[in-house]
Amino acid sequence: MKGSEAIIKSLKDQGVDIVFGYPGGVLLPLYDVLYDSDLKHILVRHEQCAAHAADGYARASGKVGVCIGTSGPGATNLVTGIATAHMDSSPILAIAGQVGTALIGRDAFQEVDTLGLTMPITKHNFQAMQADEIPGMIKSAFYIASTGRQGPVAIDLPKDVQEQEFEYKADFQIDLPGYKPTRKGHPGQIKKASNLILKSKKPVILAGGGVVLSESSDELLELSKLIKAPVTTTLMGKGSFPEDDPLSLGMLGMHGRKVANLVVDECDCLIVIGCRFSDRTTGKVDEFAPNAKIIHIDVDPAEIGKNVDIDIPIVGDAKIVLTSLIKTISKLKEGNPGSTKEWTDYISDFKINCIPRLSFDDVPLKPQQVIKEIRDSIDYDAIVTTDVGQNQMWMAHYFTSKIPRTFLSSGGLGTMGFGFPAAMGAKVALPENDVVAVCGDGGFLMVCQDLATVREYDIPVVVCVLNNRYLGMVAQWQKLFYDERMSHTHLGEVPDFVKLAEAFGVRGERVEKPGEMKETLQSALKSGEPTLIDVIIDPDEILPMVPPGCGITEIVGEYKVEREVPGEIPYRAPHKEKEWE
Amino acid sequence: MDEQRTHVISTLVLNKPGVLQRVAGLFTRRGFNIDNITVGTSEQENMARMTIISKGDEKVLEQIIKQLNKLIDVVKVRDLDPENTVKRELCLIKIHAISEKKRSEVIQYANIFRGRIIDVSPETLTVEITGSPGKIEALIDLLRVFGIKQIARTGPTAISRGTLD
Ligand SMILES: Cc1ncc(C[n+]2csc(CCOP(=O)(O)OP(=O)(O)O)c2C)c(N)n1
Ligand SMILES: [Mg+2]
Repeated sequence: MKGSEAIIKSLKDQGVDIVFGYPGGVLLPLYDVLYDSDLKHILVRHEQCAAHAADGYARASGKVGVCIGTSGPGATNLVTGIATAHMDSSPILAIAGQVGTALIGRDAFQEVDTLGLTMPITKHNFQAMQADEIPGMIKSAFYIASTGRQGPVAIDLPKDVQEQEFEYKADFQIDLPGYKPTRKGHPGQIKKASNLILKSKKPVILAGGGVVLSESSDELLELSKLIKAPVTTTLMGKGSFPEDDPLSLGMLGMHGRKVANLVVDECDCLIVIGCRFSDRTTGKVDEFAPNAKIIHIDVDPAEIGKNVDIDIPIVGDAKIVLTSLIKTISKLKEGNPGSTKEWTDYISDFKINCIPRLSFDDVPLKPQQVIKEIRDSIDYDAIVTTDVGQNQMWMAHYFTSKIPRTFLSSGGLGTMGFGFPAAMGAKVALPENDVVAVCGDGGFLMVCQDLATVREYDIPVVVCVLNNRYLGMVAQWQKLFYDERMSHTHLGEVPDFVKLAEAFGVRGERVEKPGEMKETLQSALKSGEPTLIDVIIDPDEILPMVPPGCGITEIVGEYKVEREVPGEIPYRAPHKEKEWE
Repeated sequence: MDEQRTHVISTLVLNKPGVLQRVAGLFTRRGFNIDNITVGTSEQENMARMTIISKGDEKVLEQIIKQLNKLIDVVKVRDLDPENTVKRELCLIKIHAISEKKRSEVIQYANIFRGRIIDVSPETLTVEITGSPGKIEALIDLLRVFGIKQIARTGPTAISRGTLD
């Protein structure tokens, strides 16, 4: 068997049926095998999109997504997508071609140190120097990418190794003596945590992306009901808990819901699940949850105590840990039901008074109104992706998600250009689900060439470009913190997004008034064709935020609420000493 | 702030290309300090022992160990207890010494420190010494007056005492 054949065979053995890629000189042997393989290949129009599409595929389906790029510029173009997946623990496999082994190190044409480049942005990476290493390498790559704390793996694949003949043995073993992810939580720690939770009068659960990745949303819901604790999420945790539940607080952090930020500040016990305490979530760390004892459940021991001091750490897979925690608490509860009723009543009052306002009849459109209409047009199992910037934070803040893996966004790296190709990958993974990408005009333009891909392969995603003609999020910071000196954030008057779409043979629509979004989106979804909707929005709309370096209660900007005459928000100023001591 | 302390971290790593880069890269990227790193083969086939000397408080040390453990090619990580660890370094010192008097003084010092002369030329003597970094420093200080031409040190490597792991 040839190395290139071994790659395709090994991918198929891992259940891969589709890959996103872009060929080049050193990949000719691999692409030659792909030519008559039944492994489907989608030719993207930029390698970054291959990586984001593989990432979107992985986030939507839970399966490892695969992307391929050639050596040199192909590999460097993949890098942004790999780093994006790395920051958000998304399992992808990136295969990069490399110059022949005899040329490595000689600055050969299109040679780049892919191993060195991807070392800090992958969970692990490999270089195949012999064809017979390939089957074990690909099997290991899938195992590493999809277990423990998930993440990207890269394989560097020299040209001659693809061409090399070897004898394929079916009974190869993989040996990873340095890789043993912890799955079960320590029973002693679970007991301690259970006791603390039962003693708590004001518990709050913070759910991160780990809940989505470990598929433990059911357990999260069960725990929340069992201990009557409200749930807030990080950006990555969005969808892990139904946001229309009375116990949901919405997202926490810099652009979090007011109720979430203030309630976390006040709680006496914070149960944090699958979360890495990003600065965007915690705000100023010293002031984060000042009144709470913190329980932290995470599969990655290195996350415990990295950014925030933890009172009770539990290392393990969230699903397994939550299951034992629920069992232990249920048992302990028999003699001592405890009550958080006062706390949950207080929170319901609080919530009612700061439900963000969504309905606006202004023209140009307010993004809130647009998001409300998007929500009204699609089912809860529809997948939405966001780009990065105001569009992302508006979606995170205002869009109600209920189901895990239906809200896909670049959290850790904040990669502009993620939304559209990720939607493409999600749609390929789950063709039955509606997929809508909500992008900024700036971010979409970074990847717009892949309109060709959705047209050529008939991938019927709908892209909503929230068009404010600004790099809105940067402009927002300039308005708030830099004396409105709008340095290089205005995007001018081009392009005409409708015409741009049409140039690619993609349906283009424009939305300018309240009511039009719903109508246009519904007909786009009905059309079964890829569609771009150019949504003209108010460039002056600002999302209230916590300035960087401040505690998360210090929200600036007007927080517009649904109530005409908001009641007094019953927030009680934090008493900085811990009630427990 | 916790107390800064020097830690000796002993790791068993797969003896593969790139492992040193993974470890060194981790330290640079996360802002951990490395005073010294030594690598050599170990008692196990295909594995190398990497001994890292690093300064930091307890929190930093905990992160170093956890982050090292995350590397797939790192099989085992131990923070060696300073009370129960033997730490040794090899040092070669080339000294400019022509006169008989100078030469015999150098040889005497080397002997006191249980060093050896391993190379002699008409103009130079080379001393080999092993020991704790402190002992090596002391010899170097004494030899400085003769005119040191070159020093090559391995940096310390370490192993736990007795049956400790
Ligand atoms: C690749 C990349 N470059 C730059 C940034 C910095 N950045 C963050 S948000 C933003 C503005 C995004 O503008 P747009 O896509 O129009 O979205 P809006 O904020 O207007 O909704 C920029 C430039 C980034 N996150 N990613
Ligand atoms: Mg914009």
